[in-house]
This record gives sequence, C-alpha cells and structure tokens, in this order.
Amino acid sequence: MSRASIPAPLMALAGLGLLLFLLPLAGLVVRAPWSQVGPALVAPATVTALLLSLFCSVTATAAALLLGIPLALVLARTTGTLRAVLRALTTLPMVLPPVVGGVALFLAFGRRGLVGSLLYQAFGVQIPFTTAAAILAETFVAMPFLVIAVEGGLRALDHRYEEAARALGARGWMVFARVTLPLLRPAIFSGAVLCWARALGEFGATITFAGNFPGRTQTVPLAVYIAFETRPEGAIALSLILLVVSLAILAGMRDRWLGAL
Amino acid sequence: MVVVTLLVLTACSTREGCGGGSGACALNPEPVTVFAAASLQPAFDAFAQRYRGVFNVTFNYAGTQTLTAQLQQGAQADVFASADTAHMTTVQSAGLIAGTPNVLAHNKLEIAVERGNPKNIHTLADLARPGLVVVLADPSVPAGKYAKQALAKAGVSVNPASLETQVTGVLSKVALGEADAGIVYVSDIVTSGKVEGVAIPDAQNVIADYMIALLQSGAHVQNGDHFMQYVLASDGQKILKDAGFEPA
Repeated sequence: MSRASIPAPLMALAGLGLLLFLLPLAGLVVRAPWSQVGPALVAPATVTALLLSLFCSVTATAAALLLGIPLALVLARTTGTLRAVLRALTTLPMVLPPVVGGVALFLAFGRRGLVGSLLYQAFGVQIPFTTAAAILAETFVAMPFLVIAVEGGLRALDHRYEEAARALGARGWMVFARVTLPLLRPAIFSGAVLCWARALGEFGATITFAGNFPGRTQTVPLAVYIAFETRPEGAIALSLILLVVSLAILAGMRDRWLGAL
Repeated sequence: MVVVTLLVLTACSTREGCGGGSGACALNPEPVTVFAAASLQPAFDAFAQRYRGVFNVTFNYAGTQTLTAQLQQGAQADVFASADTAHMTTVQSAGLIAGTPNVLAHNKLEIAVERGNPKNIHTLADLARPGLVVVLADPSVPAGKYAKQALAKAGVSVNPASLETQVTGVLSKVALGEADAGIVYVSDIVTSGKVEGVAIPDAQNVIADYMIALLQSGAHVQNGDHFMQYVLASDGQKILKDAGFEPA
C-alpha cells in the first residue's frame, strides 16, 4: 500500500497515536530545567543511583544470558503441550505487573519464602533489601526479552550447518559453541540489549522486593520516583538521562537488530 | 457544634434506615473525593463504612508527599488529609486550599516488631544492633521525618534496610516477617493486628499533627465540607480514637 492510499481518518488516528508518544517526551524536554540538569547529573545522589543502575542491569543481563540462552534452546527443541507450558512460564513476567512479580519474589526468596526460608535457616542469608534482590528482580522481569529473541533466532536458524558439523564428527557441546552460538549472535545481541534496557527501567518488582535504599537498591527509576515528590527538577534531569539512553539503544539497534524479534 | 451533632444524629438514623439493603434510603449518599495519608486508611475506611448512607467516598490513600505532588500537578479532590503540617502548608502556599486547614488528630510513633518480639527489641537504641533488619519510611514521608527526629532525640544511628515510600510499607515488611523492626505510628499497630508495638518514651517520641482541609479543585466542595465537619465532630473523632489516634 502506498502512502497516498491510506484513508484520511486512519492517518488522523495514526497522528494521534504518534502524539501520545511524542507529547510526554516533548514535555520532558521542554519543561526540563536545563540550567539545573548539569548540577543534578553530577550530584552524588544521582551518580550513586546511576552507577547502581548500571551495575544491577549489566549483572542482570549477564545472568539472563547465562540462564536464558539454554532456556531458549530447550524451548526451541520441545514441542506440544510441554512447549506451550514452558513458553507461557517464560513469557509470564512480560505481561505480569512488575509489582505482582515483586510480591511473588518475596514469597519465593523472602525470609519466609519457599526457598528464602531455607537459605535463611541454613546460612543466615537474607535476600530482600539487598543489591542481589534488585538484580534478581531485574533478571526476573527482563530475561523473557532475551529468551524470546534467542528462541526466534533459533527457529530462523538453518539447521543444516549444525547437521554438517555433526556429520563431521563434532559432539553436542562443540556444535553448540562453534556453530549454533556464532550463528545466533544477532539474536543474542538484540535480545541482550532489550533485556538490558528493560532491566535498566525496572521499577515495580525492585521497589517491592528490594526496597528503596540509596547505593544499595535505589536504582535510577526509584530515584526518579522519590525525587519527583521532593525535588521535581532532579526527577526531570534523571528522566532525561533514561530517555537519552533509551533513544541511544534504539538508534544503535536499528531495524536490523529489532528485526530478529 | 450543635449543627454538627444534629448532622451526626441524622447520619445515624440514616445509616439504620439504609441497613436493610432494600434501596429505600432516605438520602442519596453524597459523593466526595478524599486524598488521605496512608496511615489514615483504617480510620477513614471505618468512618466511610459507618456513614455509607451519608457519603459515597472515593479515597486516594498514599504517602502525604505523594498526595502533595499529585495535588500540585493538578489532581482534583474535595478534601486533603495530611500526616503533617509541612505538606499541608506546601499545598496551602500553592493556593490549592479553600479556607483554613484544621487539626484532624494526633499520632505518636511506636516500634513495630514481630508478634512475641523474638528479637527482644525494647528501645530505639536496640534498633542499632548489628544484624537487625530495620525498615523506616523515607525522610520525605512524614513518618520517615518523624522517625528520624525520634532517633536523633534518642541519639541512635540506625542503618535501615529500606526507606519505604509510605508508612504502610514499613508495617507490611514487619508483618510479612521480612523486617525485624520498623518505626510506625501507634495507630498503625492498633489497627494492624499482625505486629506488636514497642512503646517509645515521650521524651524521645514525636507528636504527629494530622491536618485536614477543603480543596479548591474539588467537584463537590459542599460535600467535602460536610465530610470534614463529620470527621471533626465527636463521633468522627471517636472513630479516629478507636483506630489509635489521639483526638484533635
């Protein structure tokens, strides 16, 4: 369909849809107290939140790569009901309200949780309110993005390469490391970037399960939330940072990478 | 005062009249929107239940600082009830209050611990013990500000596990057993039923002044005024007292 053939009412609705995305961003940019953005950026509280966010989101992405790629392999190789169940389980955090995820994490990994109680009794280890809890929450919410991307990549893969490798005598692990993984690189990359971006923006599960403490669990989104009620200009400055990061991700990935989804 | 008492009497008879559920109610409940500090929820919910024949209340409960930010951003409501005077003053300075704020009630702080007090917490100083998971409200929240003042009065320095965005978050972490202790309001402990309170001596305690005011932005200013009169009347104050507050 050429552009001219789109009916005018549809064009108008499309324009409204675009405005819905554009106006809040415009508000952020227009209302930003630009003279205060610089000082707000280098304020110790901002730097602390940024560094913590960076650490947590990168660690969560690493954990997602470690667990998510094998999970995607299993997903791509199973069929029938089992696959449907596995897929629903894996993608659930994408549609679950993150706050619900946070509550669920408490019930699993809290001091009174299914697993958390064992950890607490055996080793005295408590996960809630720690940086580990923030990472766990981010991994829970963000890993599905990686799994879906990698699974998509696996389905689009030309399996004759793997068969050829096997025919030449390569064993399972070698085929995976030397053939499958390199072929999956674009899917892994785009999945990891999306996963990282989602982890960076995580709020609900984090504030519920990890609490809010500067330098320990107060990531940038939490800092924005707190700042909005006390010093809105600081909140706008922090929001601008996240906006720039998000735009940079999208610009960097372009259609080629997102296309893998 | 006489008018208010009469109103309350009417309210009582109305409530009885509406009790049957047949829909044959003498009065249509007045719609009113109330922004109230999270710690007021048990008391205000009980109030709304008691006067459900008089008012049809829509509550927005959150940390006072959250409500203040929402009002400053143009949120519409008839009544604002804050857990401190500072945020009420902020809203008033922004020109959002109609008339003058009234003192609604008072509250004091208490240490919330698990039932049976397994960690033997008896004073604020005990909260500094290493290995104890202590949760406070963020200093931007009235309860967090009061807790900070109380700890300063006691000369205690605590390393909290989390700074919650409303006092009910502190309460729930203790009730869940995920935190060993937290500083909350006496009213929170009275109404929670899931935690035990450890009293803080008056010399270290802080009196929280709850304020209530009519907002300019409201769609039902007159109903808001009625609501305010009812909660400030002796029966409304008794509901607050039953919920652990000290009457105004």
